[in-house]
Amino acid sequence: MPIPSALVTLLVGMALVLSGLWVGYNVNVLPLDASANAPVYDALFRVLFSIGTILFVGIVGLVLFSLVRFRRRAGDITDGQAIEGNLLLEIVWTAIPAIVVLFVGLYSYDIYERMGGMSSLNDHAAMHRMAPTETETMEASVGAGSAVSAPAARVWGGIGVAADDVNVLPVEVTAMQFAFIFHYPDGDITSGELHVPNGRPVELRMKANDVIHAFWVPQFRIKQDVIPGQPTVLTFTPTKSGSYPIVCAELCGPYHGGMRSTVVVHEPDAYDAWFEKNSPLAATVASASLTPTA
Amino acid sequence: MTVASPNDFQESLQPQGWLRYFSFSLDHKVIGLQYLVTGFIFYFIGGALAGVIRAELASPISDFVGRETYNEVLTLHGTVMIFLWIVPVVNGGFGNYLIPFYVGARDMAFPRLNAVAFWMIPPAGILLIGSYFITGSAQSGWTAYPPLSITTPALGQVVWIVSVLLLGGSSIFGGINFIATILKLRRPGLKLMQLPMYCWAMLGTSILVVLSTPVLAGTLLLLSFDIVAHTGFFNPAMGGNVVVYQHLFWFYSHPAVYIMVLPAFGLVSEILPIHSRKPLFGYTTMVYSIMAIVVLGLVVWAHHMFTSGTPPWMRLFFTIATSFIAVPTGIKFFNWLATLWGGKLALNSAMLFSCAFIVNFVFGGITGVALAQVPFDIHVHDTYFVVGHFHYIVYGGTVFVIFASIYHWYPKFTGRMLNEDLGRLHFLLTFIGFNLCFAPQHWLGLNGMPRRVAEYDPSFTTLNQISSVGALLMAISSLPFLYNVLVSAFRGRVAGDNPWNALTPEWLTSSPPPVENWVGEAPLVEHPYGYGVPEDTLSVAAATGRDLWSGAGRR
Ligand code: HEM
Ligand SMILES: [Cu+2]
Ligand SMILES: [Cu+2]
Repeated sequence: MPIPSALVTLLVGMALVLSGLWVGYNVNVLPLDASANAPVYDALFRVLFSIGTILFVGIVGLVLFSLVRFRRRAGDITDGQAIEGNLLLEIVWTAIPAIVVLFVGLYSYDIYERMGGMSSLNDHAAMHRMAPTETETMEASVGAGSAVSAPAARVWGGIGVAADDVNVLPVEVTAMQFAFIFHYPDGDITSGELHVPNGRPVELRMKANDVIHAFWVPQFRIKQDVIPGQPTVLTFTPTKSGSYPIVCAELCGPYHGGMRSTVVVHEPDAYDAWFEKNSPLAATVASASLTPTA
Repeated sequence: MTVASPNDFQESLQPQGWLRYFSFSLDHKVIGLQYLVTGFIFYFIGGALAGVIRAELASPISDFVGRETYNEVLTLHGTVMIFLWIVPVVNGGFGNYLIPFYVGARDMAFPRLNAVAFWMIPPAGILLIGSYFITGSAQSGWTAYPPLSITTPALGQVVWIVSVLLLGGSSIFGGINFIATILKLRRPGLKLMQLPMYCWAMLGTSILVVLSTPVLAGTLLLLSFDIVAHTGFFNPAMGGNVVVYQHLFWFYSHPAVYIMVLPAFGLVSEILPIHSRKPLFGYTTMVYSIMAIVVLGLVVWAHHMFTSGTPPWMRLFFTIATSFIAVPTGIKFFNWLATLWGGKLALNSAMLFSCAFIVNFVFGGITGVALAQVPFDIHVHDTYFVVGHFHYIVYGGTVFVIFASIYHWYPKFTGRMLNEDLGRLHFLLTFIGFNLCFAPQHWLGLNGMPRRVAEYDPSFTTLNQISSVGALLMAISSLPFLYNVLVSAFRGRVAGDNPWNALTPEWLTSSPPPVENWVGEAPLVEHPYGYGVPEDTLSVAAATGRDLWSGAGRR
């Protein structure tokens, strides 16, 4: 007895979905996950990869099958069947993609929320943290024609930090052609490399001196443009100690490809040692919270 | 509506013979071929520039050309490929040649405007490329983001702006002409819903052109004021706002993506039914999905700015809007698959390139939906992942369709057939080279290689070299193609009027067609896709999806 084609279709479809899921969960194309949101990102990646594999393999399979099964044999000059459409099919292939993208959209929104992307950038707490230094910058630059004229405390974009988190390590980032400069207001340290302790949230307050740059750490799965005239912010929590590249990801001139630095994630006591060693204010750090820096 | 006919000028002003291809001809077919050939010349220039880029990236250090030169080459490559190759060829080239046939007209609505639109292109192109040798060309990428575009050498950037303004103007003139021709010059008795799908695609595209290109023009004017007159629209040192430029730029440049790809959708919709001997599946839904893409395409621009200074709500809105474009796009792809299903597919070059288009574009569409998700994009924005994505769309999509269209319409253009063996060789080399070149770039982007760089982390060397080999294969693949189109024009098999047994009106006349398209009355084609034997075993109304997919009633 011939196997009914509906059954074959069903089995092929199930095999396709299962193998898509298997591929999605076993794919390994991402770099090391070294921040708190990297595993969350990777989960989203797996879901997208599974859905993508199922769709792609299914459609390529249909194209190849048609090319072989329905190829015109030599000498055949007849036409195919004059089928002009089918309402039910149209409804099915409108509804399925709609449901899939709705699911993907909601899921990625949830991921983004967990990354801190939806936290308000300009709520009271965030403003308070940003306020002192930025106000000064603005006053200093009015009329001076300086490239940086930051409106007071307004943060224009980025990934913020939960308003109630008091444990954050603030670092000011200045991007310029062709380097990143990191300044630690708590210890008045200025450095060309970013040093952070493992496990503690870090808040980068970023401004650019000349053109647009972008701060990217592939192992943290985060990126934010650094924009002249518009301060932005980026928060992350490193979870694995080690050194990772910082890459400028926005075309910024001839040496754009060379605009790189390193972020060093230390274990907390190693970080404290680094901090002590480099800070001119080391003795007073404990009490200095947000002193405006000179 | 009275139409200036090319015949009015034929004896007096219009040159005859091959000379008319170098003249201010008003014949839509001559203008179409002028666009096409000019476009191909710029394609080979842009391709050579891409060769320079891939040669530089064969090693991780900046050693092949200077750093400034690299950025100039990069900027020129992008600008040439978009504004001098894809846009003029799929709109101006095929649009001018085919649209008057499809609506049953003897020419476009405004033949003189049409010729003006074409003749703006060569000077603009020469200006753009010549700037490299005279003043040095722009270095800030095809996006020309300020403040970089304000601080790089001014002359090259201003020449770039002038040239893009000319090309945008040409595109607007063309768009107006297409809208007028499709809506107003239809042969009496021909209804809108009887038009071949390419007309709908060009109507949608032209609406996008007319709505969004002026925004780009205005933006670039403001940018040129900033450069030349030291105004401060986008200059943060003078209180300007650089992110506003990005909004304005992408308000044009995302629709531009559809300006480059909707006409290609239209062209495959013509090619597939003819070579599978079946009607185009789901005509009505195809029309509605084009219009849905037009509307949605206008409200997704900020997905290019997820890492710029955009507030959270905006990121959310543009994620959802972008994702939903996948729905009408998906409908079109399923309809093409259903067109193939149960047909009698001729496995010729036109068909192979069209099917490869489906495969490549689906891949680019899947990465596109992924990029629309903010958290995903934040990692890969401005990396080689994005470079891979949009080359799968523009090259794997539109360029493959252009090649399919050449194999399909060449007999009409010249009266002679192309050699099929060379065509299949061209296809094979292009398909392998393309995938070898662009597939590895996705991995590079995910793992830390930013775009627009001349030097990179040495651990990425192998994959970059594979990518460069792919580019070399693509360059080689154009040799059989060039030989084929040049030699077949004189030595090819004579095609006859209708070598494919097609039903659309351009085939219902001689090859090449006479000046006013048909001798005598224009044919009235009410069923442009009326292929196929009437269903003997299966009626459309009674067919269920399972019947179709399981192949019942195929005989
Ligand atoms: C239809 C033809 C398409 C073309 C020609 C195209 C072209 C491009 C180009 C040139 C870029 C890079 C922009 C830049 O940064 O310079 C890009 C990025 C992007 N595309 Fe497409 N695209 C197409 C289709 C799609 C589709 C179907 C989607 C999603 C449904 C999509 C979503 C995106 C997104 C979200 C980005 C931003 C990625 C980023 O900059 O990080 N695109 N596309
Ligand atoms: Cu930079
Ligand atoms: Cu876009």
